[in-house]
Amino acid sequence: MMTDTDVASTAPGPRSGRRAPRGPGAPGPRTVEDVRGRRRLPAWAVPAALLAVALALPFSTLRIPGVFEGALNSPPTLHLLAFCLVFGGLATSYDLLYGRVGLLSFGHALYFACGAYAAALLMGVLELPLVWSALIAVVGGTLLSLLLGAVSLRVNGIALAMVTLAFAQAGSILISRDPGRLTGGEEGLSLNTAAVPDAFVGVANTVNLYWAAVAYAAVATGVVWWLTASPVGRVWQGIRANEQRVAVLGVNPYPYKLAAFTVGGGLASLGGVTYLLVTGGVTPGITTAEFTLTLLVMVALGGAGTRWGPLLGAALYTYADHRLLQLGQSDGFAALPAWIAAPLAQPLFILGTLFVLMVFFFPGGLVALPGRVRSALRDRKASRR
Amino acid sequence: MSTVILLVITGLGLGALYFLIASGLSLIFGLMDVLNFAHGAFLAIGAYGTWWAALHLPGAGPDGFGFLLAVAFGVGAGTLAATLVELCVIRPLYGRHREQILATVGLSLAVPALIQAVWGADPLTFPRPELVRGTVDVVGVHIPKDRFLLIVAAIVVFAALWLFNSRTRYGLIVRAGVQDRAMVTALGIDVRRAFTLVFAIGGAAAALAGALGGLYFGVVTPTQGMSLLIFAFIVVVIGGTTSLTGCAIASVAVGLIQQFANYYTVAGLGDIAVVIVLALVLLTRQGGLTAKKSAERVA
Repeated sequence: MMTDTDVASTAPGPRSGRRAPRGPGAPGPRTVEDVRGRRRLPAWAVPAALLAVALALPFSTLRIPGVFEGALNSPPTLHLLAFCLVFGGLATSYDLLYGRVGLLSFGHALYFACGAYAAALLMGVLELPLVWSALIAVVGGTLLSLLLGAVSLRVNGIALAMVTLAFAQAGSILISRDPGRLTGGEEGLSLNTAAVPDAFVGVANTVNLYWAAVAYAAVATGVVWWLTASPVGRVWQGIRANEQRVAVLGVNPYPYKLAAFTVGGGLASLGGVTYLLVTGGVTPGITTAEFTLTLLVMVALGGAGTRWGPLLGAALYTYADHRLLQLGQSDGFAALPAWIAAPLAQPLFILGTLFVLMVFFFPGGLVALPGRVRSALRDRKASRR
Repeated sequence: MSTVILLVITGLGLGALYFLIASGLSLIFGLMDVLNFAHGAFLAIGAYGTWWAALHLPGAGPDGFGFLLAVAFGVGAGTLAATLVELCVIRPLYGRHREQILATVGLSLAVPALIQAVWGADPLTFPRPELVRGTVDVVGVHIPKDRFLLIVAAIVVFAALWLFNSRTRYGLIVRAGVQDRAMVTALGIDVRRAFTLVFAIGGAAAALAGALGGLYFGVVTPTQGMSLLIFAFIVVVIGGTTSLTGCAIASVAVGLIQQFANYYTVAGLGDIAVVIVLALVLLTRQGGLTAKKSAERVA
C-alpha cells in the first residue's frame, strides 16, 4: 500500500500546482520538487491537452498498422475507443471507492447495470426520450447506491466486501430471472432506437457515440479529481490511511464513506447509460460478480488511487480484451499448435495471468512503473559510484 | 408433506455442497485472512479432473470402483492445484492481504478461462454411476439418490475435519492460529506450514465439492465454481470463521432457505432470500457471527 501513497504524492496533482510560488530569493532549502515544480506546466494543461486530442481524434485519418485495423476515424476503431473510454470512466468511479477511500466493494457492477437496465426499460417500455430516461436512470442508480451503501457501510473490511457482493448477486439473479418478462433474461435488452436522437443511431454516427464516451470519461475523472482535491477528499485520504485515527480526531467516517459510495454509484449508473448507447443494448454479463472483478483488475492494473491509473488500466484492459479476441481468430494464429493456440485465444486467461504477475512484480500498477524504473536506475548509478 | 420431505433432503444436499466449499474457505480465511477467490477454480479443477479421469484415465471409469478412482483423481488434482497456489502465489505475498486477494482474483479469472480453452464453454455431461442413478423411496417420496451421497460425503468430511481439528497436533496449531496467529508464531511454531496444509485441505474439499456438484447438477461448466463460491462466501460470513459447527449449521440453513423459498415463492427468490438473511445477520450482529474479528481485519 505504501507504493500507492508514494505515487499519489509525487504525481503532478493539483496540490503541487497550487502551492504558493516561491521566488528565487525565498528562504528555505531548495528541494528537488521545487526545482522541478518551476519547470512544470500548470496542473490543468495535461488533462486539457489530452481531452482536446481525444475530442479531435475522429478528424484524423491516420492509420496505425498493427494497433487498429482501420483508420482512426473508421467506425470500428472509434467504437473500440468508445468502449475503452466508457470502461475508463467506470473504473475511475470504482477507484473512488477502492483507491481513494479504501473501501473494498464487490458490488459496483450493480449500479452500472442499474443505469443501463433502467434507461433501456424506460426507453423501451415507457418510450421516454433519451434525456429523461438517462436522468431518471442516473438518479435511480444514485439513490440505490445511497440506500445499499447506507446498509452495507455499517460493516467494514471483508464483511463489507461480502455484503456488497451479495447485494450485487441478488441484483444479478433478479435480472437474469427475467421478472415479468421485463429484463429479457439471458438475452438482455436492446436499445429502443425510436427514443434515441438520430445522431446516436447507425454506424455512420459512431463518431457521436465516441464523443459521448469521451464526455462520460471526462465527467467521471473530473468529478473524482475535483472531489479528491476538496476537503472531503482529505478526509477520504485519512480514512484510507487509518480509519480509527480519523474517528479519534472527531470526524465520523461513516457519512464520508457513504458520500464516496453514492458518488461512485451515481457515476457508475451514468456509465451504464453511456454503455447502453455505445453497445446498443445490454446483457446480464455486466451484472455478474466477474464483471466487478474485472473492474478491480483494471484499477489495480493501472494503479489504484492515482489520477491516470484507472483510466489507463481500463483502456488497456478493454483494448487487450478486444484485440486478443480478434487475434485468436486470425489466420496466423491457426498455424500454431492447438495446445498453445487454445489458451491464447482466451483473453481472460492471458489477462488473468498477466494480472497475477503484475501483482507480484509491479504492485503500484502501470502508473507507478516510470517511477520504479527511474529509482532503480538511480540506485544503480549510486552503487556504481 | 411429501414435497416438504423432498425439499428438506434436496436442501440438505445443497447445504452439503456449500459446506464442502465453505469449510475450506472459512479455514483459510480464519487462519490467513485470505479471501480466496481461487476456491471456485479448485472446484472447477476437481470437477473437470473427475470428468476427464472417468473418460480417459486407465482403470477409472464412469461407474462403480472406476468412478471412485476418478473422484480420487479429481480431488488429487484439486489438492495439488491448491498447494501449488499457496506455495507459488500466496506465500510470497504474506502480510499483504490486499495483494493476496488481488492475486486470487486473477487466478479466478484465468483458471476457468484456461479450462474453457481446453474443453470449451458448453456444459459437459457428467458421468452418473449406477449407485446414484434413480430414486429412493423415503416415506413414500421419490428422492434422487445423489442427494444422499452428497449428505454422506459432507458428514464424512465434517467428521474428518473435526477429528483433525481436535485430535491432531496440526489441528491444534490451526485452531490456535485462527484465534491468535501472532501468539502462535511467538511460541516458536511455524504457522506457515499450517497455511499450506489448510490450503491443501480446502482445495481437496472444494475439488470433492466439484466432483459431487457434477453429480448434483448433471453437468460441469467452467464457470460453475463462481456461482457456488458466492453462496459459500455467504455461508462463511453467516457461520463465522472460528467454528466448523457454525459453518455446517450455516450451510444447512442457507441450503434449506434457498430450496423452500424457491419452491414456495417465485423461482429465484430463494437466492435473494439468502442475501437478505445475510444482510440481516450482518446488520444485527455487527460483522456477522465472526463479529469483531473480521471487522478489525481490514484487508
